[in-house]
Amino acid sequence: MTTQRSDATTTTAPPPAGGAATPDASGPIGTGSRGTRILGLATLAGIALAAYLALVSSPDDENMGDVVRIIYIHVPIVVVAYVGCMITTLGSVMYLWKKSRWWDVTAAASAEIAMVTTALTLVVGMCWARPTWGVWWVWDARLTSTAMLLLLLLGYLAVRRIPAESGARSKRASIVGVLLLPNVIIVNRSVTWWRSLHQDTTILNTLQPKIHGDMAFALYLAIPVALMMFAWLLVHRWRLAWLEEEVLDHDLDQAITDRRAEAGFDARSTTVDIGEATS
Amino acid sequence: MFRDALLVAGKDLRVEARSRVALNQVAPFALLVLIMFAFALDPDSGVLSKATPGLYWVAVLFCAVLAIQRAFAIEAADGNRDALRLSGLEPAGIYLGKMAAIAAQLVILEVLLGLGVVLLYGTKTAGWALLVCTCLAATAGIAAAGTLYGVLAAGLRVRETLLPLLLLPVLSPVLIGSTRAFEAARNGTPGEGWPWVGLLAVFALTYTIFGAFGFGPLLEES
Repeated sequence: MTTQRSDATTTTAPPPAGGAATPDASGPIGTGSRGTRILGLATLAGIALAAYLALVSSPDDENMGDVVRIIYIHVPIVVVAYVGCMITTLGSVMYLWKKSRWWDVTAAASAEIAMVTTALTLVVGMCWARPTWGVWWVWDARLTSTAMLLLLLLGYLAVRRIPAESGARSKRASIVGVLLLPNVIIVNRSVTWWRSLHQDTTILNTLQPKIHGDMAFALYLAIPVALMMFAWLLVHRWRLAWLEEEVLDHDLDQAITDRRAEAGFDARSTTVDIGEATS
Repeated sequence: MFRDALLVAGKDLRVEARSRVALNQVAPFALLVLIMFAFALDPDSGVLSKATPGLYWVAVLFCAVLAIQRAFAIEAADGNRDALRLSGLEPAGIYLGKMAAIAAQLVILEVLLGLGVVLLYGTKTAGWALLVCTCLAATAGIAAAGTLYGVLAAGLRVRETLLPLLLLPVLSPVLIGSTRAFEAARNGTPGEGWPWVGLLAVFALTYTIFGAFGFGPLLEES
């Protein structure tokens, strides 16, 4: 994660004489920087403090005992998942509008983190459901729509993984990404409506612990800490995705230069041509 | 735009009328699904007739995936998609045309499946107005979302596996709404079913608007 400037350039082939294919100076070269290191250390300190508050200093619940401590991880990661989805849709809209790779990479990086945190939310939630409700799963509106959210995110990431020319892939993915948030809302509304007919939605409310005092403080601290972790992951994932794109561009330019050299063109002059054509 | 839509819908339906793939393969598949449900759920226990609304719409969704794949497969050969792109037809018109052709085929499939559940599962029908409106609104929604995701998957090597993964979660509100509306009709309480038809109509309208705008860029990349 803390790749230095020199490491990043050695992972790609040495640039040709013209230098047209070196990574764009405006983009990042490594994934670490002074800012992310400070953010990462602050996040680590926050996690340590949140863990102490959640596991040691906060009291257990009258009804649920120590099981209630799951809330200090469950709620923060689901907040991260929702924020991640919103950023993905925002990035997709902005990509379609501005056609900038910056927004496309933002949407992609954010969706991956949202997918992981949604899956974690489900796993952690199921671990909570088992001791509290006696079952791993209930067909509650919130649980069901979170499962659907995971499937929608998996669909989005599947579209992203299809090998294609970068512009085509970004356009396809961004249209799926634009639909992500509306889909989540429509699915959530219809599932809520569906379950409310069965009078089941109250099950969560009856078992929801009453949060106050130390418990509330621990929870309200854990949420911003989780968002800091999200920001740290997003920056690193973003920079990595950006570098991947740069490597692809570089390899393509290199391959064109090589083929042209094979065909007997002057490598130096053609490199400049490619640089002008792509810039 | 609507003239373009008519042209495209006419072309797709003519291709279907001559090749009869939907009739000879998708319709028998629908029947097969109904029989598979009977194998899976004991036909003597009355579960089939009780679960008919849900089973019916699951069968429709499976058939819809096949019909949508077919609608884009007919343009895969001989550079037909390039021809469509170069034809000068409005993308929104092409979208509406393909959507209409898929919807027309789905309506026929739904009639066949309806006959199937009445004859095979012994389901009693009631509340005809609600049933017909549910079918129309749900079909429009399935065709609208299906055409958009269909063109997205068209031309990709992974299209067969990608389309169900993208489409079925998106169509889950349609499955919920249409199943609840059918249950309301069967239970003789159509008042409970009409709000679901409203949901289906809103879904169809939302996706038609999204689709009309998103189809063009996706067609360029397919």
